[in-house]
Amino acid sequence: MELRKDYFADVRKDGLHEIGQGRPRLDSPGHVTGKTAYFADRNFPGMLHLKMVRSPHHHARIRSIDTSEAEKHPGVVRVLTARDVPHNVYTILILIQIGPEDETVLADGKVRWKGEAVVAVLAETERAAQEAAAKVKVDYEVLPAVFDMEEALKPGAPLVNEYHGQNYYLYDSGECRKVRFGDVEAGFAQADHILEQSYQSSPIEHAPTETTGCVVAPEGNDRFTCYTNTQAMFFTLDNASIILQMPGSKLHFVGGTVGGGFGGKVDVIVEPIAILAAKLTGRPVRFIYSREEEMQISSPRAAEKVIIKDGVMKDGRIVARKVTGYTDAGAYSRHSPYGAQKGAAHYPGPYTIPNVWIDTYCVYTNRTPSSAMRGFGVTIGDFALEVQMDKLARLIGMDPLEFRFINAYRDGDMKAHRQPTEGAALIECMQEASRVANWPVAEKYMAMSSYRKGA
Amino acid sequence: MAKVPVQFTLNGSEKAEFVESGTTLLNALRDKIGDTSPKGGCHQGTCGACSVIIDGELRLSCLTLAETCGGADVRTTAGLAEGGVLHPLQRAFLDAFATQCGFCTPGMIMAAKVLLDRTPNPSREDVVEALSGNICRCTGYEPIIQAVLLAARANSQNAA
Repeated sequence: MELRKDYFADVRKDGLHEIGQGRPRLDSPGHVTGKTAYFADRNFPGMLHLKMVRSPHHHARIRSIDTSEAEKHPGVVRVLTARDVPHNVYTILILIQIGPEDETVLADGKVRWKGEAVVAVLAETERAAQEAAAKVKVDYEVLPAVFDMEEALKPGAPLVNEYHGQNYYLYDSGECRKVRFGDVEAGFAQADHILEQSYQSSPIEHAPTETTGCVVAPEGNDRFTCYTNTQAMFFTLDNASIILQMPGSKLHFVGGTVGGGFGGKVDVIVEPIAILAAKLTGRPVRFIYSREEEMQISSPRAAEKVIIKDGVMKDGRIVARKVTGYTDAGAYSRHSPYGAQKGAAHYPGPYTIPNVWIDTYCVYTNRTPSSAMRGFGVTIGDFALEVQMDKLARLIGMDPLEFRFINAYRDGDMKAHRQPTEGAALIECMQEASRVANWPVAEKYMAMSSYRKGA
Repeated sequence: MAKVPVQFTLNGSEKAEFVESGTTLLNALRDKIGDTSPKGGCHQGTCGACSVIIDGELRLSCLTLAETCGGADVRTTAGLAEGGVLHPLQRAFLDAFATQCGFCTPGMIMAAKVLLDRTPNPSREDVVEALSGNICRCTGYEPIIQAVLLAARANSQNAA
């Protein structure tokens, strides 16, 4: 494969010579000798085990919680409920002013998804914690639940999350994030063909081999060391500080070694409650998800539905694109308002289209809260967009790669969300792909450049 | 709860512990003895991260009760390097970039060691079969397969 240094010549003047070289990974010697310290490899004398009592219902009011039998169980040291948590209602992205706080550390009066944490049990052994958790009695009044995004948006649907007041995230632009560029209806009127298609995806679990968890040790001076596999160290430190109402200087986070994350370990779920447990018992605490919890409780990638309507000319130009995107946040925001917003900016794809209309909704349902995963907000969108591109090419009888050359964004093009295109390199990548994959395109496309001549 | 005595050799040295009846070898090794090289990924015998070698056989330590290991010869990845010199499999995993997050690596190396002990010159198919019980969620299987083949070649060159 040819390395096209010419394209970025004015950006990177230094000679790049790392590609093609083998460089040893710094972490590999620890991995092959079994010496790498993952959080669960930390062991402390007197360590307690935390097990969570979880909601068996998708949506229910909590009438009462009775922990008396669990507290009497041999080996149990402490049982925690919502009233033990200093700042129980939080939301991860409050750090970047994306509110309101909408999620409880331990359920308070209501559960909004099946698996929600209600009571934390701390015991001398994992088995005692498990057995005692089974003895916690929670009296639920089951409420109607909603699992489908379009159902959730209909009038009269059960309200999932009172902190929002409606089943969608309220952006400053209203019920959805909106992108308006050109005149999409005029574009459709001018088009030779119109193609409207609907694409949807299910939630996807990251399934890391190492499950989510942390080990917390009190240091004896009001400081707590938290060994964690979070992928978001400072997010977790800052949110733990808010939830525990403790200055960050009292919290020492040790991490960076993650046994597979894929975005599934960026939520702040296990650390605050484990630190609180260590504080209230004065003992080291271990909270590790079982495999079942990892699969059922940890945030998956959001389910999405994407409806794309395109107007295309016989010569291959896309002249109008209208997209409605739905992101299923589940019961709480976590990172989904951000993901849905990212989709709004992304939906034109790497193509220059003169007339664009995009609405993306972040919808609340009684499903497991979703969150980050590998390009969340754009990955499912890319699947939908590129399938749509192939369908459009077929519709007008054009080679799918040539069709993409015609519509590819190039340097200087204004994107629909008003960011100018810079350093696109898409044309150059497709030219190289055409060569390497032996998928020839007409010479005029091989002569194109991401630089618009004379621009 | 009643404790039972367990005595076995771990990587050649004698170990004796009292464990609760029902304790898995994985938990005994990690929490009692302090060898954390076997990892707990699923605790139900599907991921292979806890793989160890017991009396020459590849075993899932999460499904093996510690009390059944009396007198056994238990081997883990932590005991593979001798005198600070990496085992050819460890060297090959380094050289072939066969680690990503590293969580599956000790189990992979155990599975590969049992293969090479029995089949010094395995085919690619032999390697794939031998590693089929070990999950790499980072999906770096190809470098792992290459590492095992590399170690086999290194072994046969040393023997020649």
